[in-house]
Amino acid sequence: MNFGFTEEQDLLRAEVRKFLNEKAPLEEVRKQCESEEGFDRGLWKQMAELGFAGLTIPEIHGGAGLDLVTLLVVLEETGRSLFPSPLLSNVVASQAIQRFGSEAQQARWLPGFADGTRLGTLALLEEGDDLSPDGVKLQAKKDGEEIILTGRKLFVPDAGNADVFVVAYRLSSGAEEVGLALVEKGSAGVSAADFAAMDLTKRVGSLELNDVRVPSDQLLCEGGPAWSAIQSLVELGAALVTAETVGAAEGALAITTSFAKEREQFGSKIGRYQGVKHPLAEIYVDIESYKSLVYYAFWALDEGHDDAALAISRAKAYASETFPLAGINGVQLHGGVGYTWEYDIQLYLKRGKWMRPIYGDADYHYDRIAQLGGL
Amino acid sequence: MDFQLSPQEEKFRDEVRSFLKDNLPAQGEKRPADFLAQWNAKVREKRWVGFSWPSEVGGGGGSLMEQVILKEEMARAKAPGLGTCFMGLAWVGPSIIQYGTEEQKQKYIPDILDGAYQWCTGYSEPDSGSDLASLKCKCVREGDEYVVNGQKIWTSIAMWSKMMILLVRTDTEVDSKHDGITCLLVEMDSEGLEVRPIKNMGGGAMFAEVFFSDVRVPVENRLGDEGQGWQVTVSALANERSSIAEVYGLRRKMDELEDLAERTVRAGQKAIEMPSIRRRLQRADIRIEAMRLNGQRFLTKQLRGDPLGSETSINKLHRAALEVEMGELAMEITGSASTLMRGSDVAPENGRWADYALGWPEVVIGGGTPNIQKNIIAERLLGLPKD
Ligand SMILES: Cc1cc2nc3c(=O)[nH]c(=O)nc-3n(C[C@H](O)[C@H](O)[C@H](O)COP(=O)(O)OP(=O)(O)OC[C@H]3O[C@@H](n4cnc5c(N)ncnc54)[C@H](O)[C@@H]3O)c2cc1C
Ligand SMILES: Cc1cc2nc3c(=O)[nH]c(=O)nc-3n(C[C@H](O)[C@H](O)[C@H](O)COP(=O)(O)OP(=O)(O)OC[C@H]3O[C@@H](n4cnc5c(N)ncnc54)[C@H](O)[C@@H]3O)c2cc1C
Repeated sequence: MNFGFTEEQDLLRAEVRKFLNEKAPLEEVRKQCESEEGFDRGLWKQMAELGFAGLTIPEIHGGAGLDLVTLLVVLEETGRSLFPSPLLSNVVASQAIQRFGSEAQQARWLPGFADGTRLGTLALLEEGDDLSPDGVKLQAKKDGEEIILTGRKLFVPDAGNADVFVVAYRLSSGAEEVGLALVEKGSAGVSAADFAAMDLTKRVGSLELNDVRVPSDQLLCEGGPAWSAIQSLVELGAALVTAETVGAAEGALAITTSFAKEREQFGSKIGRYQGVKHPLAEIYVDIESYKSLVYYAFWALDEGHDDAALAISRAKAYASETFPLAGINGVQLHGGVGYTWEYDIQLYLKRGKWMRPIYGDADYHYDRIAQLGGL
Repeated sequence: MDFQLSPQEEKFRDEVRSFLKDNLPAQGEKRPADFLAQWNAKVREKRWVGFSWPSEVGGGGGSLMEQVILKEEMARAKAPGLGTCFMGLAWVGPSIIQYGTEEQKQKYIPDILDGAYQWCTGYSEPDSGSDLASLKCKCVREGDEYVVNGQKIWTSIAMWSKMMILLVRTDTEVDSKHDGITCLLVEMDSEGLEVRPIKNMGGGAMFAEVFFSDVRVPVENRLGDEGQGWQVTVSALANERSSIAEVYGLRRKMDELEDLAERTVRAGQKAIEMPSIRRRLQRADIRIEAMRLNGQRFLTKQLRGDPLGSETSINKLHRAALEVEMGELAMEITGSASTLMRGSDVAPENGRWADYALGWPEVVIGGGTPNIQKNIIAERLLGLPKD
């Protein structure tokens, strides 16, 4: 029994934290997310050089070939510092290719992900905001070996910056008559743009496809296997998000706690009053608890354990329900300054809003748990 | 990170499983009248009672990991407890092992392991509950005896116990209220000791007031040094809060609650299919799983040689919230019949859940209230100023 990290993983955490503290303190993060692209390409390149971008990509394709538990360490840290980067979307896209692409497809696409030059994302949701098979409506017409895609994807993470989209499409009306294809931003008929969103550290947008011709060597899978592929990518996305959430929640708790140790009212530090310390203790209890759920879920994913999907849904349901409260209580416990643009706690509150629905909200994951044979 | 058992641990698990297979009647099978007596003798013989205690004192000398495996397997099989002397096994025994004299160990430990009689715990007083260290029960030494005068309250099972672990004040002239407290091991049939049961809101009487008037306790019954009582207690309380064990009881309760929701039909619909009930059951279920994994994370810390500290308050808080919530859920599931007590022919499971819904104070208030747990977390783990 070992619920801890290896020495290498602890060292990696220290390295990532140092990197982010130096290069991306929150005042820097604010600047980055107000830039055109919403993140700093230079820093992203440095991260790629340090191996963070391709952490889970096999070594033969230029990555570090490490497991998801190791990635978890990095994500906790990027979450803690609210670091704006395409990392999360990139892992989902590259894992789609790793898991469901042919050898040739992997060799063609993965090195770009590993060295940080190619950005990708999963384009799944559409109007209706439905993560079930019915939610995939974007229409595919077969034309020989190729397909032609037309439709609009919504809530696509990092849509504006992605070079390649892992697109879920529908072949015919049968429940699981769906497929997954790689669509390049540069192809004719493709347009993508980010929405104006609440959490400036996380971009989200739409992808429009107008008679986009996708060559056969960019098709990943179709039919039943495609639906389970999509399902597993949603699970992966949910896991990655909860890992970042652990760090972000600890960040929110840390700044609120240190505020409470500084701010004085009624002749004493407000952190002395139980009206302040008890909500902070409650946030702590929740963080420690979904942390345990998340850690276990990552281990189960790496091991291919049969309760991995259940574990992820438990973690995401718990985190989606409670992390947003950490932001709300954080702002409240700051008093008036918490409501200002200047103080950082509002950034965490918004991260809470972002994480709640992405890759399935609590309601979705509760239903998933029931579907998977849990309670 | 690795949740796999080592080959040696697996071997131990298999040993436990095969014991259970041989000695525990299958679910629903009728148990012989002397089943419990036989069970107690057999687990005692395996040295699984006091399994974590050193073998010199008659314990099992089990490793931390083996203890977890043993408890897990027992819980999974819904086996009866290991040993019957609840408080003796939970904290009196460990305190005696840590602080007791050779004579005390020989005198008390075998009886605790055999379940020869019950121990009770005399800590709380009318004016000293959460603020336990302010306790006043007076104790003066006269030659080879201590003379105790004062009162304890909320003493669980005092009326059925032969022995009490008692905290008294031997010194009032101290700088810190934590000093001047002494721990005594007291025979309940001592002259001048009177037990008055208190009826709780469920109607039962599980705890009592205990009055001391000139009760004489031999000095050899002192546990630890004079004035060292607080330390003796703190180590015992840490045992009380050690989190691993409590999850299993909750898990079992949760399974039963799920069953109840599955079997209860309300307005033509199974309760478990009512969305409002289902979500609440699921939420509780996830929290119990989080508690289990928290326990494993803390266990990792212990296995790496760090003692457990205030993090045990995390699961204590979860448990407090869950016991209340699960009682309320049982009430909501069973609707109009929920408040019927034992003896009404339509009381669900003969009023068992009504009793349950009145039983939470034992774990919510007993052992330190939620407010106190939150203070512990805020002050010791988050470093906020003391109030
Ligand atoms: C949108 C907005 C509009 C406002 N408009 C006006 C206005 O028009 N005119 C005006 O004069 N003011 C205005 N205010 C100020 C407002 O009244 C104060 O922000 C409020 O009284 C809290 O004071 P504070 O911000 O200094 O926070 P603090 O008093 O520093 O409180 C910080 C946190 O500590 C907690 N806290 C403090 N003391 C205790 C205690 N003893 N026990 C437990 N918890 C404690 C608080 O609940 C809070 O969560 C406005 C504020 C806002 C947010
Ligand atoms: C079923 C049951 C069994 C028990 N068994 C035993 C036993 O066997 N032996 C034994 O010695 N004791 C036993 N106890 C006693 C138990 O440990 C105490 O009841 C508990 O510590 C609380 O003390 P109190 O009842 O005096 O409440 P108080 O300490 O008076 O508390 C009253 C309320 O005030 C709150 N409060 C107190 N101080 C603070 C603070 N600083 N900040 C915020 N809130 C505060 C508490 O949280 C509580 O809600 C038992 C209790 C119960 C209910």
